[in-house]
Amino acid sequence: MELTLWTYEGPPHIGAMRIASSMKGVHYVLHAPQGDTYADLLFTMIERRGQRPPVTYTTFQARDLGGDTAELVKGHIREAVDRFHPEALLVGESCTAELIQDQPGSLAKGMGFDIPIVSLELPAYSKKENWGAAETFYQLVRGLLINNQDKVSDHNPQRWKEERRRPKVNLLGPSLLGFRCRDDVLEVQKILGQHGIDVNVVAPLGASPADITRLIKADANVCLYPEIAESTSIWLERNYGLPFTNITPIGIGATQDFLKEIHEILGMELPSPPTEANSSRLPWYSKSVDSNYLTGKRVFIFGDGTHVLAAARIAQEELGFEVVGIGTYSREMARRVRSKAKDLGLEALITNDYLEVEKSIKDSAPELVLGTQMERHSAKRLGVPCAVISTPMHVQDVPARYSPQMGWEGANVIFDDWVHPLMMGLEEHLIGMFRHDFEFTDGHQSHLGHLGGHSQKSETSTTKSSETTIDHQGSDAHIPRWTSDGESELAKIPFFVRGKVRRNTENYARQVGCKEIDSETLFDAKAHFRA
Amino acid sequence: MSGATLLKETGPREVFCGLTSIVWLHRRMPDAFFLVVGSRTCAHLIQSAAGVMIFAEPRFGTAILEERDLAGLADAHDELDRVVNNLLERRPEIRTLFLVGSCPSEVIKIDLSRVAEKLNHQLKGKVRVVNYSGSGIETTFTQGEDGALKALVPLMPPSENSQLLLVGTLANAVEDRLITIFKRLGIEKITSFPPRQSTELPSVGPGTKVLLTQPYLTDTARALRDKGAEIIKAPFPLGVEGSRLWIEAAANSFGVDNSLVQTTLEPLIIRARKAIKPYKEILNGKKLFLLPESQLEIPLARFLYMECGMELVEIGTPYLNREMMDPEINLLPENTRIVEGQHVEKQLDRVREKHPDLVVCGMGLANPLEAEGISTKWSIEMVFSPIHGIDQASDLAELFARPLKRHDLLSSKQFAKF
Ligand code: SF4
Ligand code: SF4
Repeated sequence: MELTLWTYEGPPHIGAMRIASSMKGVHYVLHAPQGDTYADLLFTMIERRGQRPPVTYTTFQARDLGGDTAELVKGHIREAVDRFHPEALLVGESCTAELIQDQPGSLAKGMGFDIPIVSLELPAYSKKENWGAAETFYQLVRGLLINNQDKVSDHNPQRWKEERRRPKVNLLGPSLLGFRCRDDVLEVQKILGQHGIDVNVVAPLGASPADITRLIKADANVCLYPEIAESTSIWLERNYGLPFTNITPIGIGATQDFLKEIHEILGMELPSPPTEANSSRLPWYSKSVDSNYLTGKRVFIFGDGTHVLAAARIAQEELGFEVVGIGTYSREMARRVRSKAKDLGLEALITNDYLEVEKSIKDSAPELVLGTQMERHSAKRLGVPCAVISTPMHVQDVPARYSPQMGWEGANVIFDDWVHPLMMGLEEHLIGMFRHDFEFTDGHQSHLGHLGGHSQKSETSTTKSSETTIDHQGSDAHIPRWTSDGESELAKIPFFVRGKVRRNTENYARQVGCKEIDSETLFDAKAHFRA
Repeated sequence: MSGATLLKETGPREVFCGLTSIVWLHRRMPDAFFLVVGSRTCAHLIQSAAGVMIFAEPRFGTAILEERDLAGLADAHDELDRVVNNLLERRPEIRTLFLVGSCPSEVIKIDLSRVAEKLNHQLKGKVRVVNYSGSGIETTFTQGEDGALKALVPLMPPSENSQLLLVGTLANAVEDRLITIFKRLGIEKITSFPPRQSTELPSVGPGTKVLLTQPYLTDTARALRDKGAEIIKAPFPLGVEGSRLWIEAAANSFGVDNSLVQTTLEPLIIRARKAIKPYKEILNGKKLFLLPESQLEIPLARFLYMECGMELVEIGTPYLNREMMDPEINLLPENTRIVEGQHVEKQLDRVREKHPDLVVCGMGLANPLEAEGISTKWSIEMVFSPIHGIDQASDLAELFARPLKRHDLLSSKQFAKF
C-alpha cells in the first residue's frame, strides 16, 4: 500500500482509452463502476474534444455483484456493437472489475461478432497509464495483423528504389493526451516531405483499423514517442522486418540526428548542410547578443522520458543552460534517463511522488524549471519560473495555435516557451513592488475556473478605500461610512472584485443618501446594479 | 400532489462516484484529512475532479492498493495502519481522519470500521478516526457527503436544548447570511453540520430541529432522527421561493410569529425578485434538460421553472428519495418528466431529439454537447458555488443565464458558420 496525494499517471485503462479515442472506428467496452466515467473529462476538457471518447462503461453496482455480472457485461457489449458499429472492439476492465474476474474479453469473443475483438489485460495494481497505452496499441496492432501472412523475413527498407517510388514510413506513437502530438505529426510529416519521404500511416492518432493493417506496407517506422510505440515498433521489426528510428526529433541537434538516422535506414543521402535547419530561429536567437543573459541558467528538468531526454540536450547544447537536476516518472524510461543524468554528472530522480520532486527542485535551486503541470505548481510555490514540457498537462497546455515540439518549428516554439518565463522572472521584482494592487496578483484559472479551489488571498489593508475621493472631489461631498458589519460582509467578497463592489456600494449609498453602509446596504446595492 | 411523471431507466451511467465529495468536504473542514483506501483510479478521479492542486500538500490522499495487498502477501489492515501512522506523523495538524472506502476496498472486503476502531484505540483521542464509503458501486457523487456526515453523527454530543441545526455543506458566507436571518426571526441557537472545524461538532438530541440545506443527505437525516432530532420538512433553499418556504418551515416549527417572518423576509424577497428579473428575461420560455448527477436536479428545475419561466423537458436524477423530494416535486408542473437512474446513450438521444436550449450535465459531457450546438452548464458547479438562500437567487439564475447569453453573443451570422 502506498500513500499517494497526486499521481503523474492514471491507471492503465486510461492509456487504453487514449488509444481508442485517438483512433477511428474503434470502440472500447470497459467493465468498470460508474465513478470511472470521470475519465471522459480528461478528453473533453483537457484536450477540449468535441466528441465523447468511444467508451462504454458497464457501470456495475454493488447490487449486481451478487447476480450475474457476466450477463450484464454481455448486454453492454451487444448494445455497444449495435449502436456504434465499430470496425474493431477493445474489451477490458478497470481496477475493480479486475477483482471480480468476469473475463469480459473472452465473453466478447464468444458472442459471435464478425469484427476483430482485442481483449486487454492491463494489471491495474502494478502498471500505469503510459504502459497501458503502449500495451493496448501493441495488442491492437498485433490483433489486427495476426492473420496477415505476409511475414516478410526479407523486408528491405530500400526496396522503394527498385520499385521506383518515394520511400514511405509510418509515424507511430502520437495519441490524445500526449504532449503536442497533433502538431508534432504535422511538423514531422512536413520535414519528411521536404526530404522526399512519404508518410504511409500515422497511428494511433487518426488511424482506423484498416489503416493498421496497412502498416506493413511501409519501408520503415518512425517511433515518435517510445513510451507509446516502442513495443509495437519492436514487434513490427521482429515479425515484418520493418526497422524503426530511435531518435526523437525534438531540438535542432536531435532533428538533424533523426534525419540522418531515417536517411540511413532508407538508404538515402542526407543533403549537407541541411538547409531547412535555417528555417528554425532557435540557433540564431540563442546566439544573438541579447541571449547572453541565458548563459549558465540553472535548469531542473522533470517529466516523461522522451521530453526530459530531449529537453536536457536542448538546454545544454542549444541554449547554454546548466542542467542541475533531471528525472522522470516513467519507470519504463528510467534506464535512459539515468544514463543521461550520468553524462551530466547528476543522479536521476525516478519517482512518482511530486513532493520528492518539489524537494529536489528546492535543493538544486534552479532558475528555471521544465516540468509537468505539477512542477508548474511546485515552481510557483517556490517562486521559480517554469515551462511545461511534458504530460500530465492542463487545458492551457493544449494551445489553439500551431505549437509542435518536434522539428524546426518545434525548436522555435521551445525557444519561446522556455525563455518567456525567464523574462517574466526578471519582471518579478516589479510585480513584487506592486503586489498590493490586485491587478498584479497573478493566479491563473484551471479548467474549473474559479471553482477549482484556488486560494483567495486576503486583501491587505493598504488597498482599502482611497478610491472614493478621486472621482468625487468635492462635488458630492459626503463619503459614506462603512460599519463593521458592512466591512465584514465586504471581506467575504473575492478580492479580485472587492474593489469594484466597494465603489459601487458607495456610489449607491450616495445616490440614496445613506450615510452608513452595513451588510443590507451592500445587498441593496448589489441588487440595484443587477437590475 | 403534482402529477410529475416518474420514470426509471437503467443502463450505462455517466456520473461521479461518492469520492468526489471530498473535493468540497476537505475545504469545509480544514483540520480533517480524507484518506481513500483504493486504487490509482480513485486517486486519479479525485485529482481530475478537483482540477487544481494549489496546496503543497492537499488534505486528501489515496492509500493505493498494490499487487501484494491483493495477493495477501501483506495484510491490508496492517498496511493501512502503517500508512496512517506515517501520515499522522507528517501532518500533526490533522484532528479527524476519514477513512474512505472505494470499490476495490469493498470488493476485497477491507473492514475499515475495524481499522478505524483499532486506530482510535491507539491514538487515544489525539485524532479521531471515522470511516464511510465513497465507492462507485454504492454511492453517486454527493452521496459521499451523506456518508461522511453520517459517520460523524455518533460523535456528536447529546443535548436536550432547543436548537436549529443546519445540515449540509454551505459556502461560509452563505451560511453566515442564513444564520443572520434566523437570528432576526428570534431563533437563538443555530449550529451547522458539518462544522468549520471537525472537532467542534454540534450537539444533537430531542430539542434539535434539523433543516437540511442539501437534498442528498438521506442517511444523515435518518441518523440524526435516531438521535432524537426532528427533521423539518421543506423544499430546499434554492431560489427565492424554495428559500422562503425553507425558512418559513423552520420558523413555523419554532413557533415564530408569522408577521415577523413576513416583515423580515419581505424586503429580501422584493430585492431578490428585482435582481432575478434580467436573468428571467433570458431564461423565460427556454427548454431545460437536466442529466442526473448531483441530486440537486429537482430543486434546480423547480427554481428555474417557477422563478425563471424555463420549460422542463426532462429532469434526470441519479436516485429518487420520495420522502425527501416530495415538497419539491409538489411544486413542479403537471407531467414533468422525472427520470431516475440513467441510460446515458438513450438519454443523449432524447437530448438530441428535443434539442433543449440548456443542458445541465457532468464535465465529461459538456463539450461534446456544445460541439453539437447545445449550451450546457456543469452540474458540479452547483456544489461549489454559493447558491443557497434568497440573497443568492439572482446569482443562481445568472449561472444558467450566462451560457445562453454567450450562445447568443457568439451566434452572429459570420461567426456561427465556423
Ligand atoms: S468508481 Fe470506484 S474505483 Fe472508480 S474512482 Fe470511484 S471508488 Fe474508485
Ligand atoms: S493552476 Fe490550474 S490550470 Fe494551472 S496548471 Fe494548475 S490546475 Fe492547471
